[in-house]
Amino acid sequence: MSDKVLISGNEAIARGAYEAGVKVAAAYPGTPSTEILENLSRYEGIYTEWSPNEKVALEVALGASFAGVRAMASMKHVGLNVAADPLFTAAYTGIRGGLVIVTADDPDMHSSQNEQDNRNYALAAKIPMLEPSEPSEAREFVKIAFKLSEEFDTPVLLRTTTRVSHVQGLVELGDMETSPVMPGIEKMPEKFVMLPSNARKRRIILDERMKRLKDYAETFDGNRVEFRDRKRGFITSGVSYLYVREAFPDASVLKLGMVYPFPEEMIKRFSREVEEVFVVEELDPFIELHVKALGVRCRGKDLIPPYGELNSFIVRRAITGEERLLFKPIDIPQRPPSLCPGCPHRGVFYALSRLDVFVAGDIGCYTLGALKPLSAMDSCICMGAGIGNAHGMEKALGRESTGKVIAVIGDSTFIHSGITGLIDIVYNNGCSTVVILDNRTTAMTGHQDHPGTGMRVTGEKGREIDLERLCRAIGVEHVYTVNPHDIKATMDILKREINRPEPSVVIARHPCVLLPEMKKRKKPLYIILHDKCIGCRACLKLGCPAIEWVPLSKEEAMRLGFKEKQKGYARINSVLCDGCGQCAPLCKSKAIVRGVREDE
Amino acid sequence: MSKGNILFCGVGGQGIILASEITAMALISSGLDVKKSEIHGMAQRGGAVVAHMRYGDKVYSPIVELGSADIEVAFELLESIRYLPYLNEKSRVIVNTQKILPLSVATGMEEYPPDVIGELKRFIPSVYPVDAFELARSSGEVRSVNMVLVGALSMFLPVEEELFIMAIKKRIPERFIDVNLKAFKKGREWINNIQEVGHK
Repeated sequence: MSDKVLISGNEAIARGAYEAGVKVAAAYPGTPSTEILENLSRYEGIYTEWSPNEKVALEVALGASFAGVRAMASMKHVGLNVAADPLFTAAYTGIRGGLVIVTADDPDMHSSQNEQDNRNYALAAKIPMLEPSEPSEAREFVKIAFKLSEEFDTPVLLRTTTRVSHVQGLVELGDMETSPVMPGIEKMPEKFVMLPSNARKRRIILDERMKRLKDYAETFDGNRVEFRDRKRGFITSGVSYLYVREAFPDASVLKLGMVYPFPEEMIKRFSREVEEVFVVEELDPFIELHVKALGVRCRGKDLIPPYGELNSFIVRRAITGEERLLFKPIDIPQRPPSLCPGCPHRGVFYALSRLDVFVAGDIGCYTLGALKPLSAMDSCICMGAGIGNAHGMEKALGRESTGKVIAVIGDSTFIHSGITGLIDIVYNNGCSTVVILDNRTTAMTGHQDHPGTGMRVTGEKGREIDLERLCRAIGVEHVYTVNPHDIKATMDILKREINRPEPSVVIARHPCVLLPEMKKRKKPLYIILHDKCIGCRACLKLGCPAIEWVPLSKEEAMRLGFKEKQKGYARINSVLCDGCGQCAPLCKSKAIVRGVREDE
Repeated sequence: MSKGNILFCGVGGQGIILASEITAMALISSGLDVKKSEIHGMAQRGGAVVAHMRYGDKVYSPIVELGSADIEVAFELLESIRYLPYLNEKSRVIVNTQKILPLSVATGMEEYPPDVIGELKRFIPSVYPVDAFELARSSGEVRSVNMVLVGALSMFLPVEEELFIMAIKKRIPERFIDVNLKAFKKGREWINNIQEVGHK
């Protein structure tokens, strides 16, 4: 086959895994990794699942590997923190069927809470790591990763970044392969049961394996020296290689396709052949520290920023000091992401903004509740953290905190890692209130199903987890469900529950407006009766993009029949209005009423 | 040797990704190498969206350098000026004159700049304002704004019209092909008319 197709890095990874004959793939959604599993689920003959979290995903993939089939787990960079526990020990046991773990890092934090550099996991867990530069290489490297995994009896990490996962480029499709490993049950307790006595033996094997991998790195095709002009020699990997090629097309380059372990001899030889060595890499000085440890003089993070994304402009300027005359940015209104018109989360955050509480938040679309004008989130750390944070605040402050702290968490996030936090509250006689924002999907990453919706990645029906019953089973006696579009009911229930000296859960349930069934429905429209609006701005406090403020001069106010002092009036943009009706009860002058759409 | 840098910008939900995909398909079928980079996730929730596209015989970096966009296609008026540092005096800017208010403007905290096109022209001589919303409406589907803009863009690319038409037919669901082709043609005609009257 020699078809060339334009596909993203993530699609290419899925394609590579398919060509490698992967049989089981598991993941939890997370930008920029989500599309890997979504694409894999469309191929025939591969079992794919959304797991409740990344730890489970990796354990499932490892189990499949024990059974002798090729398996893959994919996740975003912070997801590997969750999966770190099985990761480190999987390095000891090794595998049976090839096991590849994809970590998609997010330099510049386009959609993440930190920009950790997951190459450090390869070093810490003693697992080889491949890093492709572009989609075509991503497809190829996944296949190599599976072979390496089986040849060296080790899990293999494949690291991408946003500019590899979400870049589209031309990819040549390859042929199908099969693993030489036979599926089946094979008991190998010395290899798979990590009792200390076994683990100590495996620890030595792990070290020997790393030595063999180091030798392999010297001959691996993906580590390649490109000699051109020898004045400058660049050592680089991943997307940074492309920036170097763009900025210095005539310079010599050592491109590392395997970023751990390092081909030490190759690095030393290359460095001797060029006049000056530069290490160009995003985030941590991972390669640089190693090059320096070899006694090679080089420049790196003294020139290249250790945070954010690079590009060819930054690389060129850092090395040559060359400045370019550019237009300066103009000061214009920013356009940050915001909760959509009709978003059910808005009702909860509006209610919370009216209560004097510390909102321990979590990861998802609803983190946008922290933005103005709602400003109703006071902490956001990682998946599931809000619940533990609220409990910790309560224990630190005792009675003083009653009615002052609340945790909010999304449905998918709650299942991912909120349940254990809730158990902690119940078990340790806490009295925190947890709001589960149940919008029936994993919205932020592009609407993936999860155990709470009961639908599977393949579109088949699975078993739905009943959140109310789950919370009750844990021991929460006060579990209430509310429609967040009903702001008054939401406010009343929240007020009551945060003051209750017992644990409680409020499930604010309404489907996300971007779900297909919600998009398809006939949407009601709300309008603001012009003559009734007194310009009090109460409705604007919702921060709904559909509600617009029209400022008025004195003359305009008079001419339009408003009071002279009225500074403006509010109107609803009918194209944007989703008809949720949250705004109507907020208007004291009863100016917001149901309207009729043009096409009705 | 044919090469170029295109910046697509606008607001989440305007069909920017589809527009850039069709453009990429047309460039590829004319034998060029293409790389395209975009951002998913949190950035898409009604926020400013930008997609980078680079084409040529061989493309390395997927990101357009500051000061080096040959063409900017702005799907919304205000967004056309947000990426000014990516442009230079020779850049061409195709800008949809449709306004989508940022939340801070909608809620009365900030003002929408009064003369974006005028401001843009202070820096860039070649600005092509298009009322893409109106042209889309007149071709029968307001959601084909993106195809009007692809049509306008196609006039400045080294690719035959037929290859764009093939890309649209391949990528768009069958029942929407006709309106989208109509919108695409309207975009092309618009640029053609502007150029005939000698507008810069």
